[in-house]
Amino acid sequence: MVALQTQTKTEILVRVENLRMLYPVATGVFARARSFIHAVDDISFDINRGEIFGLIGESGCGKTTTGKLLVRLITPTSGHIYMRVAQDPSTDSQGEQFVDIATLEGRALKAFRRNVQMIFQDPYESLNPRMTIFDIVSEPLSIHGIGSIYEREERVAELLSLVGLTPPESFLFRYPHELSGGQRQRVAIARAMILNPSFIVADEPTSMLDVSIRTGVMNLMLDLREEFGISYLYITHDLAVARYMCDRIAVMYLGKIVELGPTEEVIQNPLHPYTRALISAVPIPDPTVERQPIEIKGGVSKPIDPPPRCRFYERCPIATERCAHSDHPPLEDKGNGHFAACYEI
Amino acid sequence: MQRARVTFEPTQALWRVRLQLLWRGLKSTWAMFAESKIGLTGLGIIIFFILLWMLWPIYPWLMERLAWTPEELEAARNAPYGAISSIYQVYDPVTGYDPLIPLEENREGNILPPSRRHPLGTDQYGRDILAQLMASTGSEFTLGVLAALITVFIGTCIGAITAYYGGFVDTFFMRLADVFILFPLVSFLIVLGSMMELTLLKLALILGILFGFGQITIILKSQALAIKVKPYIEAAKVAGGGHFHVIFRHIIPNMLPLSFLYMMFNVTSAIFSEAALSFFGLLPGARTTWGIMIDSAHSGGYILGGRSFEYWWLWVPPGVAITLLCSAFYLVGRGLDEVVNPRLRKR
Ligand SMILES: Nc1ncnc2c1ncn2[C@@H]1O[C@H](COP(=O)(O)OP(=O)(O)O)[C@@H](O)[C@H]1O
Ligand code: SF4
Ligand SMILES: [Mg+2]
Repeated sequence: MVALQTQTKTEILVRVENLRMLYPVATGVFARARSFIHAVDDISFDINRGEIFGLIGESGCGKTTTGKLLVRLITPTSGHIYMRVAQDPSTDSQGEQFVDIATLEGRALKAFRRNVQMIFQDPYESLNPRMTIFDIVSEPLSIHGIGSIYEREERVAELLSLVGLTPPESFLFRYPHELSGGQRQRVAIARAMILNPSFIVADEPTSMLDVSIRTGVMNLMLDLREEFGISYLYITHDLAVARYMCDRIAVMYLGKIVELGPTEEVIQNPLHPYTRALISAVPIPDPTVERQPIEIKGGVSKPIDPPPRCRFYERCPIATERCAHSDHPPLEDKGNGHFAACYEI
Repeated sequence: MQRARVTFEPTQALWRVRLQLLWRGLKSTWAMFAESKIGLTGLGIIIFFILLWMLWPIYPWLMERLAWTPEELEAARNAPYGAISSIYQVYDPVTGYDPLIPLEENREGNILPPSRRHPLGTDQYGRDILAQLMASTGSEFTLGVLAALITVFIGTCIGAITAYYGGFVDTFFMRLADVFILFPLVSFLIVLGSMMELTLLKLALILGILFGFGQITIILKSQALAIKVKPYIEAAKVAGGGHFHVIFRHIIPNMLPLSFLYMMFNVTSAIFSEAALSFFGLLPGARTTWGIMIDSAHSGGYILGGRSFEYWWLWVPPGVAITLLCSAFYLVGRGLDEVVNPRLRKR
């Protein structure tokens, strides 16, 4: 893993710039929407090739929305998503171009889809119950018209073995409901891998699984990164999982990234008051981490037309006059690639 | 339920595996369906009518051997009025006539009560009631199933498309559904019947379309809406699947169990509508249907005026047949309901 990082550290695979996603709030049948949920509000970050970039934060802070934007399930309100995409995925990195995929449409969007995949949170709902495992895993191939039916069968069998569903013949023609949650998530991973993507968004892929099988699925994803150099946007609300999986993490709060940096650095030395509260609130299975409990007032609200000041202001234990009268603070480098968005640190 | 594992060798052709899977799926569906007494009752009745339908071609032949004496046959061949050359002429559902009727004592006009040669009697034109009943069974099935297929095909496609696209498409088809639900079916068919000859096939098409754009679109759309938000739809989009792919590969296959269920209920409505329309005399009498049988008993004056029980065999058999067949499809639908909606199942 270390070798891989030093080798490719400088190559940026995904660059997100000022990305925003606003959802209109329905106010009435005939009224035009005047209010907006700022689900993702002006976020920027880079993901390197072969890196696992974690997105953490409480439920409703915009993690899934960010993931869906990066695979272009939804089109951003504004901002840019630059991605190194192969024009023809069979060519190596030489044939790649760094393009803004935020506004792609039609043919270009479909071609782009060969480069990225998504693994969803709920393996019970993300596999079509009326399709066999073979149909599910080979669907991307048939959509893009790749290979004959026999080649597809071989490739699916190959991937099923890769994700640990062996012997593949005994899984090919079963239905999702005949499989356990962990097996289903492995099927979802096999499906995500079948087009050789360079980038995968994994949206809390283990949160619905039994604790006993989570590690297996996480290790599988680490192995795939090791073997194929895939980058992940790994979404989780579980700090322990982030710590196990991610090279760097970004902490989100109400649509904003409030802190970003190497995982260990952020967890050992959290700078933003929200991150500190998050870490003190969550038991981390590591006795070497010392924490004092930090109190935060109130709960998370929905970011509907947020006032133009720090999103964390209402709950912040160290807020000052300056915070009340200034815009949301910018994400600033505090050294060692550790960024935080707060005026008071 | 226990599911047998299909053993698969890569050398096996894909279509054979798919057939095996289909078979396996049918077996498990059957196992669930068979637990429902209601559904089995309905299926039994449907099978009874299918047998009746299949027996129809040999019914005259059977009667010739079982019910007619050689003397009676001889007399019918030489009868002064309506002499026959073949037994099939007696049992024709539209033009049939038993030339021995004038010799019978127990008759009014050409009406005979149930007897040896006519197990369910004859109508006022001397036609065998059982022959008419059997001859109509095929039409009832064809009309009911065809109309229901058209209805469900339209309902499923429109339901999936309105749910998927929403917006204007949705508004348009929902308002259209309102119009079709409030549609004055009988008056419309009276006008239509005066403009063209309403054959059974045309009627099936019209009923299928009228029902298809109505209630069923709304029901199936709500099902499609529930499917549309499932993560596997998003997964298909991420894989690059277009609108067509998502609708036909993911949304519609997941609607099909419910569509099939509603198809059963629609067979019931189609048969029932046909009976009602025939009773209003809206179908030409070129062939018999159960509704037409009741209509002709009615127009002959044998149902009203306190004489209904005197000549019960004119209207009870077709009436019972309509009721039974309509209930049968409804009961099968109820049985399937328990397969499709697992929450209704006791386990
Ligand atoms: N399709 C949508 N329409 C309206 N609001 C949405 C939609 N999707 C998400 N949101 C809102 O955006 C915010 C972020 O949601 P999400 O990205 O799912 O958060 P997370 O994954 O971090 O729990 C939430 O307040 C949610 O209610
Ligand atoms: S900017 Fe002010 S309100 Fe926001 S987190 Fe920092 S101290 Fe708290
Ligand atoms: Mg989420």
